[in-house]
Amino acid sequence: MKYQSQSIARLYFIAAIALFIGQILFGVTMGLQYVWGDFLFPAIPFNVARMVHTNLLIVWLLFGFMGAAYYLIPEESERELFAPWLAKLMFWIFLVAGALTILGYLLVPYATLAEMTMDDLLPTMGREFLEQPTITKIGIVIVALAFLFNIGMTILTGRKTVINLVLLTGLTGLAVFFLFAFYVPDNLVLDKYFWWFVVHLWVEGVWELIMASMLAYVLIKVTGVDREVIEKWLYIIIAMALISGLVGTGHHFFWIGTPDYWQWLGSIFSALEPIPFFMMTLFAFNVVNKRRRNHPNKAAVLWALGTAVMAFLGAGVWGFLHTLAPVNFYTHGTQITAAHGHMAFYGAYVMVNLTVISYAMPIIRGKQANNERAQVIEMWSFWLMTVSMVFITLFLTGAGILQVYLQRYSEAPLPFIVVQEKLALFYWLREFAGLVFLVGLILYVYSFFAKGKEVEIVEDLDMKKAVTS
Amino acid sequence: MRETFTKGMARNIYYGGGVFFFLVLIGLTVDTVTTIPKTDNRDNLTEQVAAGKRLWEKNDCIGCHTLLGEGAYFAPELGNVYTRFGKSTDAIKGFIKSRPKNGIPGRRSMPQFNFTDEQLEELAQFLKYVDGIKTARNWPPNVQG
Repeated sequence: MKYQSQSIARLYFIAAIALFIGQILFGVTMGLQYVWGDFLFPAIPFNVARMVHTNLLIVWLLFGFMGAAYYLIPEESERELFAPWLAKLMFWIFLVAGALTILGYLLVPYATLAEMTMDDLLPTMGREFLEQPTITKIGIVIVALAFLFNIGMTILTGRKTVINLVLLTGLTGLAVFFLFAFYVPDNLVLDKYFWWFVVHLWVEGVWELIMASMLAYVLIKVTGVDREVIEKWLYIIIAMALISGLVGTGHHFFWIGTPDYWQWLGSIFSALEPIPFFMMTLFAFNVVNKRRRNHPNKAAVLWALGTAVMAFLGAGVWGFLHTLAPVNFYTHGTQITAAHGHMAFYGAYVMVNLTVISYAMPIIRGKQANNERAQVIEMWSFWLMTVSMVFITLFLTGAGILQVYLQRYSEAPLPFIVVQEKLALFYWLREFAGLVFLVGLILYVYSFFAKGKEVEIVEDLDMKKAVTS
Repeated sequence: MRETFTKGMARNIYYGGGVFFFLVLIGLTVDTVTTIPKTDNRDNLTEQVAAGKRLWEKNDCIGCHTLLGEGAYFAPELGNVYTRFGKSTDAIKGFIKSRPKNGIPGRRSMPQFNFTDEQLEELAQFLKYVDGIKTARNWPPNVQG
């Protein structure tokens, strides 16, 4: 670690992993509620469990992004962080605000929480993924502004690289588009239209900039490939992300009362959305093949390749599966959507965070890479979580196809709840895969504490060639 | 990538493409906002409907149900529930009102929200208004949602 202030990332990474555990515990709870309808009812109804599951995901990914930024921006900018104290202060504010919000979801009925937080003054609650009380949302904006100020000043007064500028652009976009969370018109069509300006423009827009720059940073570090080559890839990947993803927002405007031309525009542009993800896969494998050193942190390299592949499968392939309007007519709002959501979030944003954590945490803890045993355990956790997520996705896809047929496509469509009962087998299998994921996550956490033989330092392949020839 | 394709070219595609398509999205948004009065059923967007929407949000109904296909997939689509319930707001109110406090053993259960009669009417009117939104191809595909 070159700069002392990079170690602030450690706090953020620990919080991220802790919240990740919470997210998965509520995930398996909901999975069970799908087949055991009144499990924990009325103490924790499904909607509460889901809110906790999705909000913890969002919050821990944000912790991960911020931690990654605090780690890599000082190094890229070749200076200490502008205000380390501010980064620490914001960490605690964000953590306490997040924890209070989750406790609020769990301890009182949602309507009571709305009243306690005086939602009537500026009502923003009760929309999917944006359920946080208005006061929490204001807190998120304050934390985001302080964070952007901190990293922005670090970059502006330091070295500017493509990686830190793209990361800053992505994070600024994240903060700007979040402001649409405060616009909740009575008109449902307008409400839905602009809700996507947060949700779509985050995950299929600016978050891709964040992801690509995080991945590019780790690849430079673990492969030693020339920065020029990596930056060229980075530019072309994020160019394709914006070219396809901005108008690609239209694939959410098929059936919500918006004009018909979105059927064409949304279908065509979102059909291009797999391209940036496919390029990320090419990029990662290409660069690792051309590596100039064998970095001792093999686990980090595995995560980097894994996130590129899984993001392409989850966001790219499973997204394309139901993005064309004639297909989406039948699949919109079914388990197909859930299948895509799970693998896309895991493959792209969970795994890229774990990539940076895997690379940076050992260095923050004073070594180049974890000991061999810890790395083996970490790689086991990679495979357990990744393979089980593939199965979760396949089971939900199976459930989704059946649901579409029985409820929407067959000659005699059946009611929703009747169809759900027929899908129970798929839901049980999904729950089982979810438990395997949890085992993988427990192993992942254990890998931070596993003792073993320390690994040797970086081996430079060019040097090796020079010596042997 | 080949040497003829330089980093500068990649950067220009990123800036040019990003700015261009962002402007396209803004243009399309302006057009959408000016076109939707034809489909968004705003004539029936009364104070009562707006109050119903607030109740919908305040009780996180979207955490289980979908509305026009968006939301959670645990409970039925409600964008067309007014039609499914025989175009009867009374049927909707009756359903919400009759949910048992402790759920239905072993089954997915909807909470009992203890709404007043006025609130029930607001919610039902909101769902009736949503049902009147003209979606493309009259989505959902059939009455089951």
